[in-house]
Amino acid sequence: MTVSTSPSTEPPPRPLSLRSSVAVGSLRLVNRLSRRLGRGSGTVAGGRVGLAIDPRLLTVLAGGLQVALVSGTNGKTTTTRMLAAALAGPDDPPVASNQTGANMPAGHVAALVESPAAVVCVLEVDEGYLGRVIEEARPRVVVLLNLSRDQLDRIAEVRMLVDRWRTALSGLPAGTGSAGAPTVVVANADDPMVAWAAMTAPEVVWVGAGQVWRNDAVGCPACGGRIEFADQGGWACDRCTFRRPDRNAWLDGTTLVMADGTRLAVDIALPGQFNRANAAMAAMAAPIMGTHAGYPTGEGTPLTTAVALERVASVDEVAGRFAATVHRGHPVRLLLAKNPAGWTAIFDLLDETSPPETPLVLSINARIADGLDPSWLWDVPFERLVARTVVVTGDRRRDLDVRLRYAEVACTVVDDPVAAVERAVSLAAPADGASSPAVDFLGNYTAFAELRGRL
Amino acid sequence: MTAASPRSALAIAVVFPDLLGTYGDGGNGLVLARRAAWRGIDVDLVQADSGRPLPSADLYCIGGGEDGPQVRAATALIAEGTIRRSFDQGAVVLGVCAGYQLLGQRFPDSADRSQDGLGLLDVTTRKGTGPRAVGEVIAESLPEAPRLPGGRILPPLTGFENHGGVTVLGPAARPVGRVVAGVGNGGGDGTEGAWSDRVVGTYLHGPLLARNPDLADLLLGWAIAPGGSDRPLDPLDDAAELALRTERLTSVPRTGRAGLVRRLIGRRA
Ligand SMILES: [Zn+2]
Repeated sequence: MTVSTSPSTEPPPRPLSLRSSVAVGSLRLVNRLSRRLGRGSGTVAGGRVGLAIDPRLLTVLAGGLQVALVSGTNGKTTTTRMLAAALAGPDDPPVASNQTGANMPAGHVAALVESPAAVVCVLEVDEGYLGRVIEEARPRVVVLLNLSRDQLDRIAEVRMLVDRWRTALSGLPAGTGSAGAPTVVVANADDPMVAWAAMTAPEVVWVGAGQVWRNDAVGCPACGGRIEFADQGGWACDRCTFRRPDRNAWLDGTTLVMADGTRLAVDIALPGQFNRANAAMAAMAAPIMGTHAGYPTGEGTPLTTAVALERVASVDEVAGRFAATVHRGHPVRLLLAKNPAGWTAIFDLLDETSPPETPLVLSINARIADGLDPSWLWDVPFERLVARTVVVTGDRRRDLDVRLRYAEVACTVVDDPVAAVERAVSLAAPADGASSPAVDFLGNYTAFAELRGRL
Repeated sequence: MTAASPRSALAIAVVFPDLLGTYGDGGNGLVLARRAAWRGIDVDLVQADSGRPLPSADLYCIGGGEDGPQVRAATALIAEGTIRRSFDQGAVVLGVCAGYQLLGQRFPDSADRSQDGLGLLDVTTRKGTGPRAVGEVIAESLPEAPRLPGGRILPPLTGFENHGGVTVLGPAARPVGRVVAGVGNGGGDGTEGAWSDRVVGTYLHGPLLARNPDLADLLLGWAIAPGGSDRPLDPLDDAAELALRTERLTSVPRTGRAGLVRRLIGRRA
C-alpha cells in the first residue's frame, strides 16, 4: 500500500471548549505535580482528573487524529510500541502513544495531552475497555492480537470478553474511523476467540500471527462444538462452519508471507517468535494508517508493510522488557510475562536464546495489578525448566516453590528479589574469564516493575 | 485398588481440562499423581478431554470453568455415565467450583436457568444476589468434616474462591469446613464445601490440594483402600507445602465484622 503525502507539517489546530480546556489544564497540572513529588510520570492521576472534569475528553482529544488501538491479552505494549515506531518516519510529526502501559482511558487522555503536535496516535487498550475506547476515540485501525485467561479475579472470563469485543466491533458503522475513514480491524486469524470477535466488523485484515496457547479456545463460540487445531495453525469447528478465515498474510517462521506471494523477512531486534508475531501485526496495520491523506507528511518512502518492518526492527526494548541491564558486572536480561500464555511464550524464547546453563530467576507477586490468585501457575509448563538452574522469589515465592516441587524442578527460594538475582549469579557456571555469567529474570507485572526499579 | 479396577496402576483422571481447566485446578490431578508416585505407588494420570468417552478411573478431579462449558460438561457427564458408574464401584470424586456445582442436584447456567447436575452430592446451587465471591478463603474443619486416618481432624483449608453461586446443602451432605475468611458456600450458615461417601466438593482453587496436602492424602487413601483404612500413607517431606500454608494462613485476615455483615446480608437474600 502507498501513502499520499501532504506539503504541510503543521497539525490542524484543535479548538477546545472551555470545559475541555480546563480539563486539559488540570491534567497537565496534576501530572507536573505528580512528577515533582516523585510519584512517577503521573499519567493516570492527571488523566483521571481530566476525565472527571470533562468525561468526553477522549473523544475531544482524539477528534481529527488518526487513531490506532491495540488490544489483546499478551503483546499489546510491544505491538503498540512497534506500530508507533512504524508510523514515525524521520520527517514525520511525533506519534502520540501511551507507552507506559497506562492502558485505560485516563492513560489515553494523558498521552494525547502530552503530544499536542501529534496527528497520529497509537493507544494500547485494556481488553475490558476496548468497546468504550472504540466508541470514544473512533479509531482508523483496531489491532487484535489474542485472547486468553488472565487475572480471572479482576478481568472477565475469556468468553465474556470476547462477546463484548464482538458487540463493539459489530456496532462499527463503516466510516467511524478518524477523519471519516472506515475502521479496519487487523486481527490474528490463528486465534479463534479473536476471529469470533473480529468477523462481525465491516472490514478485517486477517493475519496468521500464530497462537501458542490454545486452551481457552477449545469450545466453539458459535455452536458449542469443539475447535480442532491443525499443525500449521489452521483450525475449524467440528460441528459448524466456524473456521479460520482466509488470511491476507501469515507468519511462516521468520518470514511474513503476503497473500500475493510476496515474502518479507521479519528480522527484528526483539527476541522470540511472539515478538515476530507482534511485528507482523504492527507492520500490517501501519500502511492502513498511512493511507490517510496528510500522513505521513514527509516526502519520503511510501509506508508499505516492508518499510514498517524495517522501522519495527530497531525496537530493542519495550518499557524495560527484554532489556539487558548490568547488575554488579553481570548482565541480567529482564523478561515479563503475566499469564500462562505469556509464560509459555517466554519459555519458547528461553529455548531459542538462552543456553540451559544460564540461571533463571522467577518472581511472582499477586497484587491487584497481577491478579490476586496465582492458581494459574499450575497451567504454566514449568516442567520445561527441568535442566535449568532456577531461583524463585517475589511475594508468592512459596507458591512457585510448591509448583516447581510438583514439576520436579529443583529450585532455591530467596526472599528478596535483588538477593535472588545475586544468588543466581553465584550459581552460574564460572565464566570462561572473558565474560561474566548472564542471568535471565522473569517476573509477572509488579514483580518485574519492582526489580526493574531496584537494579 | 478399587474392586472394580482390574488395572495395575492407580488411575487418576482430570475431567475435561479443555472445558473445566480455567482456574488451574488441573494441578489437583498432578498433586495426587506425584504424591502417589513419590510413595512408590504405580499411578496413571489422564487428562481426559471432552468429546471422547471418559476413561474409568479410581479418582476423578473436576475443576472450575466458565458457565457455558460447565453446562456442556454436566450434560456430557450425565449422558455418558462413566463417573456415576465408577463412583458406584468405589471411585473417589473431587469437584472444585464449577465442578463442585455440577456434582450437585441442580445449578444455574449463565441465563439463570436451572440445570441438572450429576447428583453425586446432595447440594443445590443458585445464583447469588450479591457481588461475586472473590478472594482468599480459610475454612476451619468441623466435627462432621471428613477425618484423617486415626480420626484426626483435617487442618484448616486454604484456597482462593471466585464464584457467583450460592450452594445449599441437603440432608445427605455434610460441610467440609466453616469459613473464618471468605464466603464459601454463601448460604448464610458460614459453611464451605460439601462431602458424602467418597465425594468432596469445594469452592477452593489454589489449587486446593497443593495448598492442603492432608486432604490430598485423604483422597488418595480413599482411592487406594475404598473399604477404609486407618493406616496413614507414608509421610512425605512437605516442607514447601507447609511453608506456603503458614504464609497463607497467617497473611489472610480472618473475617471480622465486615464478613459477618456480609454473611447476614447473604442470609437475608
Ligand atoms: Zn461451531
